Amino acid sequence: MNARHILQMTLVLCLLTAMLFSGCETVREAGTKIAKDAGVISADEAESINRGAQAVEKTWQDLTPEQEYYIGRAVAAQVLQTYPPLDRPQANAYLNLLGQSLAIFSERPETFGGYHFLLLDSDEINAFAAPGGLILVTRGMLRCCENEDELAAVLAHEICHVEKKHGLSSIKQGRLTEAFTIIAAESAKQLGSEELASLTQEFEASVGDVVMTLTTSGYSRKQESSADAAAVKLLRRAGYPETAMITMLDRMDERLTDAGGLGFAKTHPSARSRADALRTTITGAVSAPDAVRQQRFSAVIKPIVTGQ
Amino acid sequence: MKIIVLAVLFTISAGVAIAAPMNVQVRNGKVRATPSQLGAVVATVEYGATIQAGALQRGWYPVTTTDGKKGWLHESALSKKAIAMRAGTTDVTTGVSSDEVALAGKGFNEQVEAKLKKDGKLDYTWVDRMAAFAVGVDQIIKFRTQGNLRGGA
Repeated sequence: MNARHILQMTLVLCLLTAMLFSGCETVREAGTKIAKDAGVISADEAESINRGAQAVEKTWQDLTPEQEYYIGRAVAAQVLQTYPPLDRPQANAYLNLLGQSLAIFSERPETFGGYHFLLLDSDEINAFAAPGGLILVTRGMLRCCENEDELAAVLAHEICHVEKKHGLSSIKQGRLTEAFTIIAAESAKQLGSEELASLTQEFEASVGDVVMTLTTSGYSRKQESSADAAAVKLLRRAGYPETAMITMLDRMDERLTDAGGLGFAKTHPSARSRADALRTTITGAVSAPDAVRQQRFSAVIKPIVTGQ
Repeated sequence: MKIIVLAVLFTISAGVAIAAPMNVQVRNGKVRATPSQLGAVVATVEYGATIQAGALQRGWYPVTTTDGKKGWLHESALSKKAIAMRAGTTDVTTGVSSDEVALAGKGFNEQVEAKLKKDGKLDYTWVDRMAAFAVGVDQIIKFRTQGNLRGGA
């Protein structure tokens, strides 16, 4: 091996290393081509490097709306294993009517499978937004709402988590890299049983990451405050008073203190601090709730919170 | 000469602004008569379909479907990225790289969900019931009118 050869190989290796970490597709592909042409790597190896590096570069933002939908369905199914559904057709119909009336004013009114809402038979104060728009609300959370405007505030907050894809962002990067590697390696063929098993494993782990965030660890304070701020805008666009967000959080704060910090308190910044943060931007006075809205809310929600 | 070049460039850029292909990224994209979520649905377009979209106006694209129907689609229903359908369907056409096909049609999809169901790991009964809750535009309009809700569209 002469000096020219050594220099050429060194150059190629440096380039390859730089490319793998640079995330620049064009540079990487040019590099693997040089390496292949120089005979340092085979054509198959070049393709493998390109595919592997492409998979490493992909993040939760590269998940397609369809993939988000299937992750969301599994997240909802898993949450429902712990929190049973509340089979009250009239109340669920009302919840969906209210939720859809809000979702159309979201910055992301359309998702792959659309927004759907369900009540949970649990006294814990909690609400969950599975990726793609499946939103679950406990009976305990309903108790924090005195009127439709406040329930609208709860749903608006959850819709904004979906809008901002906060659930997907909680999936650990390693799982996605593994999944994208399996998918890329298999090209357009049907998955073999071994690959399907590996992919299902990564899928389960990804779903587990989201469920863990929703039920145990919680989103970051920054994500929560951005969902609150977006929810206030959403309420305004939909015609609900922004102050409903503050009155709901105040009521939640009282109830969470009584509940000893379970449920929502475990996964969210304190309701008191959230309400205080909103008070700096929302200055309007709290008005009496609209009579029709109060009547329809009380007709279906009151029997549930009072255990009738 | 300069004027001709500028005129050509203007024509090209105007053409791009008037109509560019966009891809439907929701399962059932609703093309509406007016740029509003409460507008009447004039056509539905399926996930992965490519349609011609004009310039974005306050979150809405004026669109023309492949069968010539005109209306409006919200920006959240459309993507500039190619969305290829899953392998094995007739929608997989030439011009789509295998990587795009793989990433769009495979991965976390119904094949994976079917395996989870088969293995008895997750029960989707209530997820399916929940996903079947449907609310029509008429219901929303009535709900908003009765509840004195006046918001911007």
